[in-house]
Amino acid sequence: MKPQLHALLGIEQLTNQQIEAMLALARRMDPSRPSQLLHGKRVALLFYESSTRTRTSFEFAAKTLGATTTLVTPVSSSIEKGESLIDTGWTVASLGADAIVMRHANSGAVYLLARYVQVPIVNAGDGMHQHPSQALLDALTITNHKKKLRGLRVVIVGDVYHSRVARSNAELLSRFDASVVFSGPPDLVPEVAATIAPGVTVCHDLNIALQGADVVMALRVQRERLAGKDISVEDYMASYQITPQRMKLAKPDAILMHPGPVIRGMELTSEVADGPQSCIHEQVRNGVKTRMAILAMLLGAARTE
Amino acid sequence: MTGTDSLLIARGRVVDPAAGVDQEMDVLLRDGRVAAVASPGKLRGQAGRTFNAKGCIVAPGFIDLHVHLREPGQAHKETIATGTVAAAAGGFTSVCAMPNTVPVNDSPEITRWMQSPERGALGNVFPIAAATVGCMGEKLTNFAALKRAGAVAVSDDGKPILDDRLMGKALRAAARWKIPVVQHAEDTRMTAGCSMNFGPTSFRLGVHGMPNAAEASVVERDISLARMTKGHLHIAHLSTREALDAVRRAKKGGLPVTAEVTPHHFTLVDANVGDFNTHYKMNPPLRSAADRDALIAGILDGTIDAIATDHAPHAFHEKQVEFEKAAFGITGLETALAIAITVLHQHFNLPLPRIVALLSSNPAKIFSLEGRGTLRQGACADVSIFDPRKEWTFDASQSYSKSKNTPFDGWSFSGKVVATIVGGKVVYEG
Repeated sequence: MKPQLHALLGIEQLTNQQIEAMLALARRMDPSRPSQLLHGKRVALLFYESSTRTRTSFEFAAKTLGATTTLVTPVSSSIEKGESLIDTGWTVASLGADAIVMRHANSGAVYLLARYVQVPIVNAGDGMHQHPSQALLDALTITNHKKKLRGLRVVIVGDVYHSRVARSNAELLSRFDASVVFSGPPDLVPEVAATIAPGVTVCHDLNIALQGADVVMALRVQRERLAGKDISVEDYMASYQITPQRMKLAKPDAILMHPGPVIRGMELTSEVADGPQSCIHEQVRNGVKTRMAILAMLLGAARTE
Repeated sequence: MTGTDSLLIARGRVVDPAAGVDQEMDVLLRDGRVAAVASPGKLRGQAGRTFNAKGCIVAPGFIDLHVHLREPGQAHKETIATGTVAAAAGGFTSVCAMPNTVPVNDSPEITRWMQSPERGALGNVFPIAAATVGCMGEKLTNFAALKRAGAVAVSDDGKPILDDRLMGKALRAAARWKIPVVQHAEDTRMTAGCSMNFGPTSFRLGVHGMPNAAEASVVERDISLARMTKGHLHIAHLSTREALDAVRRAKKGGLPVTAEVTPHHFTLVDANVGDFNTHYKMNPPLRSAADRDALIAGILDGTIDAIATDHAPHAFHEKQVEFEKAAFGITGLETALAIAITVLHQHFNLPLPRIVALLSSNPAKIFSLEGRGTLRQGACADVSIFDPRKEWTFDASQSYSKSKNTPFDGWSFSGKVVATIVGGKVVYEG
C-alpha cells in the first residue's frame, strides 16, 4: 500500500507507516546521482526566516531530482509591502508552484497556508512549533547507528522551550517507543514539556540525565534567550554544556547530535562537536536525502514497493 | 382601554427573579413600561396587539455587561447599529459598551455621542467609560461627569490598571460617585507576547502562554483595594479557578465585589484551539478543563453574578492570519442564551430562573440600571421571550453581527430567542 501524503506540516499528522516509508525512501536516495524523478516540477521555497542548512538542502534535494526551484523571501518581495501570508501563498501557487516549502517565524503559520492553498505544503520550521524534516533526518541518522528506535534513551539538552526541533523529535521518537529526556535549566525546560508525548520526561540535572544515554542531542542556546532568566551564561555552561567529560556519562557507543547552527563553546565544546561520537556532519548529509524523499512522496513521484 | 402602542404578552411562563415570579402570566406593555402583570386571561382586550408566548419563557430583557461595539472608529468590525441588532437576536435589550474605541471613550462627549439617536441603536446602549485618560493608566478620568453623561461603569478593559496607587484611587472615586470599576484582570508583565493559556496545549503548539497567576494576582490585589476603599469592584470575564476562589472569599467577607463569566469560558478549554484555530483566540484565553469546571461550580454556587459575552467582533482579515498575529476576541451576543441553556441548564441542571437572573436581574443590579432587569409594574418594557426547548443550529454566516469570528459556527443548541422587545416595541422575532 502506498501511504498517501498531501502535506508535511508536523510529526503529529503522520502515521507511523508514513514515517517508516519516508525513512526507507530516504535511505535509497543518493544526492550524488541526479535523476529526473521530479522533472518539470516547480518547488517554491518560501522563507520568511533565515536558514542555511534547511533551505540549501531542500533546494539541492529538489534540483537533484530534476525539479526547478525559486526562492521567495520577505526582502525584495511583496511580503514587505504588507501582503498577507494567504495572499502570498495563493500567488505562489497561481504562478505554478507544484509544492511550497515554507519557513516562518510564527508557530502554526504553515497550517494557515495549508488551509487556504491547495498545493502540497512542506513545513521547513514554524516558530517554536515543528520542524518535521529535521526530526525525520534525525531519525534516519539515529537508525543508521542504532538500527532501531525502540528502547533508546535520547537526551535532548538545551533550550527546549523555544525549540521546534525538540518538539518534533520528541513526538517522532515517542511514537517508536524511544524514551526522551529533556534536560536544561527550568527556565528553558519547563515541567510542562514532559506532556508533549508519552515516554517524555524532564530532568534538570544533566549529569543524571546522561547516564545510559544512547543519543545526546544538543540544541542551540542563544545568549539573548538567557537574558532575564534565572541562569547566567556562565552557569549554563557549567551545568549544561556538553563536554568530553560529560559524554563519558553516556553509553560508550552513544552518538552526539546537533541540528545546527552550532554555537561552539556554548552548548558544546569543539572537542565534542568534532569528536568521534559526533554525527553532526552526517545529519546535514542526511538532510538532503530526507528532503529528497519528502519531495518525491509529496509530489507523487515516489515508487514505494 | 386599548391602544396601538400597547402589547399583551399572553400565556408565557413569566420568570422575573427580582420580583420572585415564576408562573404562567400575561404581561401588558404600554407607553414603554410594564403596565400590568396578571393571571392568564385577566388582561384580555386591553392591548392593541397580542403576542402568544405559549410554551415560552417571558423574561426581563437581557443585559450584557460587556460588549465591544467598535464605534467610534472601527466601524469595519461592528457599529452601534449592527451590534444592537445582533444583541436583539440574542435576546439582549441592553448592552454595556466598553471604551476601547478609537478614540477611547474617556469623555462625556463621546459617552453622549454613543447614546445619540443618530447611532441607530435597536436597543439600549449604556457606555462604560474609560477609568483613565486614553486608557493609558496614568490619570483618572472624571467619574462624576462621565456618570452624568450616562456612563454606567468605568474600565480600561483590555488594558488593566496595574498601578496599585492608581487602582486604589479609582476605587476610592468609585465609592464616592457610586459607580463600579470594571477590571480586566491581567498582569501584562506576565503575558507579553502570549497568545493563549499556558499549559500542555501552548507548549505543544509552541505558542507563549498566559499563566493563571497573571489574572489571579490582579484580582487578589484589587480585592484588597476594594476592602480598603469600599469601592465597587467588578471583575470582567473571570477565567481562572484561583481568581474565582479570591472572589468567593471576598463575597464571604461582605466586600463590594462582583464578577462575570463569558459563555466561552464555561464551555470551551484551551485544547480546543486545536491546530491554531484563531476563532478560539481571545483574552483572557480559554483555560484548562479544571478552570472551566471551577467556573461552572462558581456559577452553580452563586459566586458568579452575571453572564457577559465580551462580544468582540473582528473582520475576516484580522483573524485569517498567523495565530500569533490574529486579533483577540470572538463574537458572542447571538449564542449566549443558547450556550447557557445547553451547558448550564441541560447538562448541569441549573434551573432556568437562575439563567434568567444571570442575564437580567443580576446585571441590572451590578450596574444600577434603574427599571431594568425586572418585569414589575412600572419597569421598562424590555422583554426577552425564548423557547428553552427549541433546538437549532447556529450558522455564523447568517448572523446579524458585522463580523463572523465565532468558534460556535455549526454548533447545535437547545434554547432560542423567540422575540425581543425594547421599550414595548418588538425589535426581533426569531
